[in-house]
Amino acid sequence: MSSPANNLRSPLGRARGLGSAKEGLHHWWAQRLTSIALVPLTVWFVASIISLAGAGFVDFVAWLGSPFNATVMILFLAVSFHHAQLGLQVVLEDYVSSHGLRVASIIIVKFVCYGLAALAIVSTLIVTFGA
Amino acid sequence: MTQAAKPPVRPLSPHLQVYRLPLAAWLSITHRMTGVGLTIGTLLLTWWLASAAYGPDAYETATDFMGSPLGYLMLFGFSVALFYHLCNGIRHLLWDMGKNFTIAQTNAGNAIVLIGTAVLTAVAWFLALV
Repeated sequence: MSSPANNLRSPLGRARGLGSAKEGLHHWWAQRLTSIALVPLTVWFVASIISLAGAGFVDFVAWLGSPFNATVMILFLAVSFHHAQLGLQVVLEDYVSSHGLRVASIIIVKFVCYGLAALAIVSTLIVTFGA
Repeated sequence: MTQAAKPPVRPLSPHLQVYRLPLAAWLSITHRMTGVGLTIGTLLLTWWLASAAYGPDAYETATDFMGSPLGYLMLFGFSVALFYHLCNGIRHLLWDMGKNFTIAQTNAGNAIVLIGTAVLTAVAWFLALV
């Protein structure tokens, strides 16, 4: 790269050309936002699991048939899996040094997380509407 | 140049093989490990919900497994990881806001996270089983 002295572009123009694509913070922000949402959702999830301890199929279906429980369950699932793939991405970026393996593992993790999220959410809906 | 250059006095980066990690550093790597563990645990959560969608027989298979010794062990591990990640995650959110960075606050935070995890796990299992 040529030095600023023999370059007719202004420092601002160079910074605009080389600098932030304006989304560097997005991953960090999404991880924080999902973690804030997961604090109350996790408390609800734990309380629900405790109340469902030992419940049979009929009790469980009745419980998930409530619009409130189904809604919060879907929120919990969507936010949890989003948070999980964001977190695993950072772990893989930090510890997998081979570029190809790193990109491949991140892609696989994202596909698996969103696949599981879809299965869990569709299952919740089937139970809810079947109740 | 007759004199060897004086080595510059710079802070050295802690190297894992020669540096005894402080408790806060262990808790930091534990945050990641519990995060990975919880992601694996979502397989159990998804199985539980999907089994209910497939019907009473599948649901019984899933809940029978979770009531087995191995199932209890996995649920216990999941609960410890969940409460740890919750407590330490709140601490990370406070750090992100620029709070609690002194050594005294960090040490207090270590204790709060560990005791909080133990107490929440004990209370949850007591309520679930009693």
